[in-house]
Amino acid sequence: MTDRIADRFASLDRSALVTFVCGGDPNPELTAPILHALVRGGADLIEIGMPFTDPMADGPAIQQGNIRALEAGISLKKLLEIVRDFRTQDSATPLVLMGYLNPLLAHGADFGRDATAAGLDGLIIVDLPPEEAGELELGGLHLIRLATPTTDDRRLPAVLDGASGFLYYVAVAGITGQNSAAAADIEAAVRRLKAATTLPVAVGFGVKTPAQAADIARHADAVVVGSAIVDLIGNAHGRKSNDIPGEVEQFVSTLSQAVRTARPEAVLTEIGA
Amino acid sequence: MPEHLTKPSSLRTDPDATATSLRVGPDARGHFGAFGGRYVAETLMPLILDLEREYIAAKADPAFRAELDYLLKHYVGRPSPLYFAEPLTRHLGGAKIYLKREELNHTGAHKINNCIGQILLAKRMGKTRIIAETGAGQHGVATATVAARFGLPCTIFMGARDIERQMPNVFRMRLLGAEVRSVTSGSQTLKDAMNEALRDWVTNVHDTFYIIGTVAGPHPYPELVRDFQNVIGEEAKAQLFEAEGRLPDVAVAAVGGGSNAIGLFHPFLDDPVELVGIEAAGHGLDTEAHAASLAGGRSGVLHGNKTFLLQDADGQITEAHSISAGLDYPGIGPEHAWLHSIGRVRYEGITDAEALEAFQLLAKVEGIIPALETAHALAWVTKAAPTMAADRIILVNLSGRGDKDIFAVARELGAEL
Repeated sequence: MTDRIADRFASLDRSALVTFVCGGDPNPELTAPILHALVRGGADLIEIGMPFTDPMADGPAIQQGNIRALEAGISLKKLLEIVRDFRTQDSATPLVLMGYLNPLLAHGADFGRDATAAGLDGLIIVDLPPEEAGELELGGLHLIRLATPTTDDRRLPAVLDGASGFLYYVAVAGITGQNSAAAADIEAAVRRLKAATTLPVAVGFGVKTPAQAADIARHADAVVVGSAIVDLIGNAHGRKSNDIPGEVEQFVSTLSQAVRTARPEAVLTEIGA
Repeated sequence: MPEHLTKPSSLRTDPDATATSLRVGPDARGHFGAFGGRYVAETLMPLILDLEREYIAAKADPAFRAELDYLLKHYVGRPSPLYFAEPLTRHLGGAKIYLKREELNHTGAHKINNCIGQILLAKRMGKTRIIAETGAGQHGVATATVAARFGLPCTIFMGARDIERQMPNVFRMRLLGAEVRSVTSGSQTLKDAMNEALRDWVTNVHDTFYIIGTVAGPHPYPELVRDFQNVIGEEAKAQLFEAEGRLPDVAVAAVGGGSNAIGLFHPFLDDPVELVGIEAAGHGLDTEAHAASLAGGRSGVLHGNKTFLLQDADGQITEAHSISAGLDYPGIGPEHAWLHSIGRVRYEGITDAEALEAFQLLAKVEGIIPALETAHALAWVTKAAPTMAADRIILVNLSGRGDKDIFAVARELGAEL
């Protein structure tokens, strides 16, 4: 079986751009066009949020995205259909489903198998720490682990034990789309994590602008942008824009440009050392 | 009377507890059978593991127990009386009814038992800020009270809809120096207040202690809240032994998250006592407007634990409904989910209308205005007691007083204030 996540990281000699959107936001029909727009804009890996009524770790932007998507009728079953549809035109871009555990449990024991068959590559489950993850049948999915500013040396081994795909570093203790971490703190955290794992390290939470993305791309294997894109979708939807995918593509291309030009050769060498 | 029943101590370990006891749970990872656990964001995991270590240390520390017992006695006013409700017994004509008077505690409900325990833990852990969620406002008031007593700043999250129906408690919290933050997301009730408290906690994880008000949330909360509430059942057992020389036949309590019920039930789990938990049936269990997660829900994960939840086929949480803001929650503590699944506790529903009747009955017959939450348990008693012989005993947890509810009840009854 191909491992799209590993292949994608192996193919890049720079930091990857990871983009997040809420599945079904602003409606299920637009999701596949938006996913393709993310790729055209330069996203290397996509996280699709599975909306939930009670997104406890998300700030207002993604809360609103969840509400828009749920009101428009998204469900996990529909989201897997959208993924299957996306895969008919794009067999290379890794897709990671991100969300909360309960909708996945409601799908039943076949979730991992169905999600793998649809073309998903990984899972990020916000409210599923490693201790509780054993009961979930993953099929062929990578279960992406999260490290945070509170992950001390006592905790880190538990996070890394069985980690797969890549390691997601949550740069701030907090919810999505709020505060941003200082560049120096992120650099130190990435250094520490890379010393402890061979997995690629992605950094997210509080990354909103091309400049912030470039700062992180200098040190991390991937930079994740979510709330800023979800906000853009919400605003465009509010204005009744007739080209939401086009607006998404345009914004993502500014992020992509910043990430692609972030590393001078000297820094690359230093990171490689 | 057995010696272990005479000395009220909120954290006594039961000498009778054995491997076959129903009182030994949860397991080391916080599971009660298939329920419970720790389903939280990774940011919170180190803190929750710290809390667990600190709680284990506190339980073994005589100074902690001594301070807790002192405050429960002199600040809360424990032990609360066990009262033989003779007029109500006569009125209903059947089993003898005993009321465990938790509504006489400082702040007017059982909630303070737990808040005293948790703020002592917060102090031990060096935390400098307190947050809590509240539904009816009883837990918010109790939390604001202990925060005032210990000089810690305190923020209470409360659904906008609950703020509207519980204005007296909102004002109380503000008088006590707490900031009350209105939560306008989702159904604007207890569930959403808990989401917002969790968001605050994860953002302020280094200095903030989250005082959860019920036996839910990630391990060790369901265990420690239960332990702090066990004093209710321990006292009642000893007091009833003194009054009647025996165990009750039935013990009954209202269940939202389930802290007053587990506090009453837990000391009786290994005894031949019928235990009945009353869920809020709202407009009826055959409608969609109720808060009975055991009767109308199924297993899932929310707010840090696996338990029974009101949810749709896609696993989205559905809105609960109850006339009582304190029961208006789509989940239930995991130990209750387990006790339900093994059949040790029977859970039944009482509607808004039945609770409203019982609320008025207790006021008129006993001169006690109960909380609307508590009125659900009393409504069950009005149905059960007449069917039982006069030598049978029902023990009811009178978990809170109803002063906070008079405006909402007046509205329901069409009375002008």
